Amino acid sequence: MNNDHVHHESIVFSDLVLALVFVLFVILYVGAGIISSKYSWLRPWPFHRYVFWIGGVLCAATAIIGPLASRAHTYFTAHMFGHLLLGMLAPLLLVLAAPMTLLLRTLPLSVARSFSRVLRSYPIRMFTHPITAAVLNIGGLWLLYTTDLYMVMQQNIFVHAMVQIHVFVAGYLFTAAIVYIDPIPHRFSFIYRSIVLVIALASHGILSKYIYAHPPHAVPAAQAESGGMLMYYGGDAIDMILICLLCYQWFKATRPRASSSV
Amino acid sequence: MVKKTAHQKNNLNDSKHFAYSTRNLWAGFLFGVGLIAFIDETVFHQLLHWHHFYDKSTTDIGLVSDGLFHAFSWFATIASLFMVADLRRSSALWLTRWWGGVLIGAGSFQLYDGIVQHKLMRIHQIRYVENILIYDLVWNISAAVMIVAGAFFVFRTRNKLQQTGVTSFHE
Repeated sequence: MNNDHVHHESIVFSDLVLALVFVLFVILYVGAGIISSKYSWLRPWPFHRYVFWIGGVLCAATAIIGPLASRAHTYFTAHMFGHLLLGMLAPLLLVLAAPMTLLLRTLPLSVARSFSRVLRSYPIRMFTHPITAAVLNIGGLWLLYTTDLYMVMQQNIFVHAMVQIHVFVAGYLFTAAIVYIDPIPHRFSFIYRSIVLVIALASHGILSKYIYAHPPHAVPAAQAESGGMLMYYGGDAIDMILICLLCYQWFKATRPRASSSV
Repeated sequence: MVKKTAHQKNNLNDSKHFAYSTRNLWAGFLFGVGLIAFIDETVFHQLLHWHHFYDKSTTDIGLVSDGLFHAFSWFATIASLFMVADLRRSSALWLTRWWGGVLIGAGSFQLYDGIVQHKLMRIHQIRYVENILIYDLVWNISAAVMIVAGAFFVFRTRNKLQQTGVTSFHE
């Protein structure tokens, strides 16, 4: 009893700290948007990007703190719902909010210059390569659900945090490597990114069907089945947005130029 | 600004069609693949429940093949419609040829699904009943009919291309 109580209190405390961190992320973004919009040489930061950012932070927060997150410890289907929010929807919304663009236009010029040098450096270029990002993203999931890692994650708070950070960061890198919203130093063609996207989508679908038939350790079969189906169809729904964005960018980029229409 | 006569406009459209003939065909093909996969998933999986989300006796290679085709068709459905929008934007959409592509795409996917995925890789059966042969026959013959019909459209438009002596560029 006592032990439970202490455990519960520490969860409430860590939830509170995490909630503050999420609020801080919103304040920093909105603050940067408002400050940089006052610069006379810049256009006001678009309203819809604030909406994307706040929506993305809320999705991530829902997956990490609160009722869904605590249910996810014992109930696999809830865990999978959290995974869709943290690994797919939150990254997509945050990428659409173009945080790097906002950061670069808010920082003083000299700081922004050195920051963009960092963004162009070799390690960052490697991590934002579509294939690296896809392997980190989907490969991480295969590791999580086909080894004992999922079981360990539910028992060890440190491993739990590491897995969640990885799922989110890899999801963000992958989304940013497929649809270019923020400036990306080394760009890949639409065909190249499409092929990577299709293969990543396939691996995600295959894994969700694999989970359906081979439940991760300590997950009851019925939960693995509903979790696998949620992963499959939920993944399709979010990937549909990703595909539409990529195709729309292609559609805009191949717009016939004025000269050719004469 | 010279007002074009109907005849001139037709000629202009024809040359646009010919210039983008391959792209019309591909846009149709990809849409056909996506469409038939979508119909398979909604009608047979979700509405009729004729076959399951996943048959647990499925081989690994069957699972991979199914996953790749699902991902590809999901992408193709959306991408091909953006291609149609692009063709329309250039007034180069050639519906006859596009339909030829749709039928060939849908037919080939269904034939592949019916022969390779259902029979060779044994992902699932069309329906879990005693007399499966009749289902397999209807499935694969309708696929073949689609391919023949699509080929008919494609050859008809190809004849038109050759008669006018325009070859496809831009592709």
